[in-house]
Amino acid sequence: MSNRPRTLYEKIWDAHVVERRDDGTCLIYVDRHLVHEVTSPQAFDGLRAAGRRVRRPDLTLAVPDHNLATTRRVDADGARLPIADPASRAQLEALERNVAEFGIPYIDDLAAAQGIVHVVGPEQGFTLPGTILVCGDSHTASHGALGALAFGIGTSELEHVLATQTLQLRQSKTLEIRVDGTLGFGVAPKDLILHLIGRIGTAGGTGHVIEYRGSTFAGMSIEGRLTIANMSIEAGARSGLFAPDETTFAYLKGRPMAPKGADWERALAWWRTLPTDDGAAFDRSVRIDASDVAPSVTWGTSPEDVVAVTGSIPDPERHADPAKRAAARNSLDYMGLAAGTRMEDVAVSHVFIGSCTNSRIEDLRAAAEVLRARKIHEGISLALVVPGSGLVKRQAEAEGLDRIFIEAGFEWREPGCSMCLAMNPDKVPPGARCASTSNRNFVGRQGPGARTHLLSPAMAAAAAVKGRLADVRELVG
Amino acid sequence: MSVVTAVEGRAIPLGRANVDTDIIIPAAHLKTVAREGLGRFAFETIRAEPGNVFDDPAHAGAPILIAGDNFGCGSSREHAVWAMLDLGIKAVIAPGFSDIFSSNAFKNGLVAVALPQAEVDRLMDVAKDQPIRVDLETMIVSTPYQDRFAFDLDPFRRDCLMRGLDEIGLTLESEAAIAAYEARPGADLLQPAVPD
Repeated sequence: MSNRPRTLYEKIWDAHVVERRDDGTCLIYVDRHLVHEVTSPQAFDGLRAAGRRVRRPDLTLAVPDHNLATTRRVDADGARLPIADPASRAQLEALERNVAEFGIPYIDDLAAAQGIVHVVGPEQGFTLPGTILVCGDSHTASHGALGALAFGIGTSELEHVLATQTLQLRQSKTLEIRVDGTLGFGVAPKDLILHLIGRIGTAGGTGHVIEYRGSTFAGMSIEGRLTIANMSIEAGARSGLFAPDETTFAYLKGRPMAPKGADWERALAWWRTLPTDDGAAFDRSVRIDASDVAPSVTWGTSPEDVVAVTGSIPDPERHADPAKRAAARNSLDYMGLAAGTRMEDVAVSHVFIGSCTNSRIEDLRAAAEVLRARKIHEGISLALVVPGSGLVKRQAEAEGLDRIFIEAGFEWREPGCSMCLAMNPDKVPPGARCASTSNRNFVGRQGPGARTHLLSPAMAAAAAVKGRLADVRELVG
Repeated sequence: MSVVTAVEGRAIPLGRANVDTDIIIPAAHLKTVAREGLGRFAFETIRAEPGNVFDDPAHAGAPILIAGDNFGCGSSREHAVWAMLDLGIKAVIAPGFSDIFSSNAFKNGLVAVALPQAEVDRLMDVAKDQPIRVDLETMIVSTPYQDRFAFDLDPFRRDCLMRGLDEIGLTLESEAAIAAYEARPGADLLQPAVPD
């Protein structure tokens, strides 16, 4: 190995090359594999059909999240309540059969540690700096918050990892996102990532791995970094990385599956060598000044359709490109909105606080802070809080946050993916408008005909209080 | 995987940018444990629009789809590719694809060809009444009007497509290298600790 300065991404990549082909494709070792019920059944069937085993069940961890109801999972006697929807139930049962048959560690739907895979991995210390972590879900990018090279894979790749613990990959290009300065009052990490996606677009990071650098990120909590890394995929990048630092180590120390004792010290020594070397080159670089970021919301059906909450819906006619003009018109038609409308005049009927983007303890604290001693607006027909895991839920209850949400008029639910993608019973009805802390405002994402506005947890709480999109800065401080 | 060397026939001129995976196959249809049968739900929100290109009899059974930039953005769901194949689509041409979608497409023998916007625009026009050919041997998209658009394809992916290779079988031939990697010094550090 030469002494050429390398980026964090290059160091992790180089450390995982099993074989390099002449055509540039590399056989890359995978250290961690998270499995859930939606994208895995066909992969296990493939293994069975070919008579193959799971090579490293010990590096694999399964947990159900997408299909689970967020209402009570046990009856008054503590007996497990079955999932009502037969298709959802069949997927959960398939996962249970597959983990038993192939010997994969499993956190079941009633376990306290159950939650959304991307909340569970970091929380258990399964996600570690310098590892390559994959999961059949595009928001696997989240785990980059801890310095893991983490990316979503399809079901064929999932089967490949189960059978071989490797993937055939080509190295990506690198994109530096540099943000310096302090985020303003009322501005959350969610606002920053929405602002970034609005700036570079949903294909801005295609073919690249992002590294988030600069003083703003260095001063950010792991929860905040998870929100940012999570939405790297909405900027087109399969992965987004943060250099592991003292914040990372403090977060991981003592987690159930993290190294312990002498192993912890050895791991630390290695992790400290991972950050990008001085003088290492990135293929591209984008700079943002933290003070330019306002509390932000989306107005359309793509995560790049972002404006400050104090702004108005842009005019589709401003686009010179006819395809972009048509897309913006279609978006507004679907959203039932007109150009020029002030975002703060947009009424909502639904509020969703949850998803792998914003369901961690700090997210719930930020929302509860706004809701303390307040009630949700009479125009809100459903306001949900869905903690990211059973452990987040327990922590929030210990802090009394559940009481604040319930007294304000929110429903306090069991953990899962829920209304982010509406695979379980939590759906936004056709034509209804939802202020949502999730990651995608795609057509039909929260249910057929549902209209989604993406925003931060505190902004979602503000929308619940006002019954419309609202600037959280007017409610706190 | 079956061998793919060329795809030829009528093309559906969809042409929208940012066609996301929720448009290709909504999450409500991911509750299947099979790969088959998703075609009837593919692009269902677009197919609900009157006069949409999918229901135009001129494009019935077309094996090629032409779309705008950033096709397949969003989720990692391979169901998007399975749904397109089930609908009879064997190749998709667009200015660009999301990384996960193009990987999923190739693993299932769905050919994803990236061409500049101007060439895609030309094919959109041709597709109204003429067939299009995507040739993996020559790496050229051609039309009866003598259009010839060269495209690039990752050599490993192209080789797997044209020889119908089973990628897992191929990787398992590297068993010794994988085992050696697992036995490297310090590998034990990456063993997850067993929770107390």
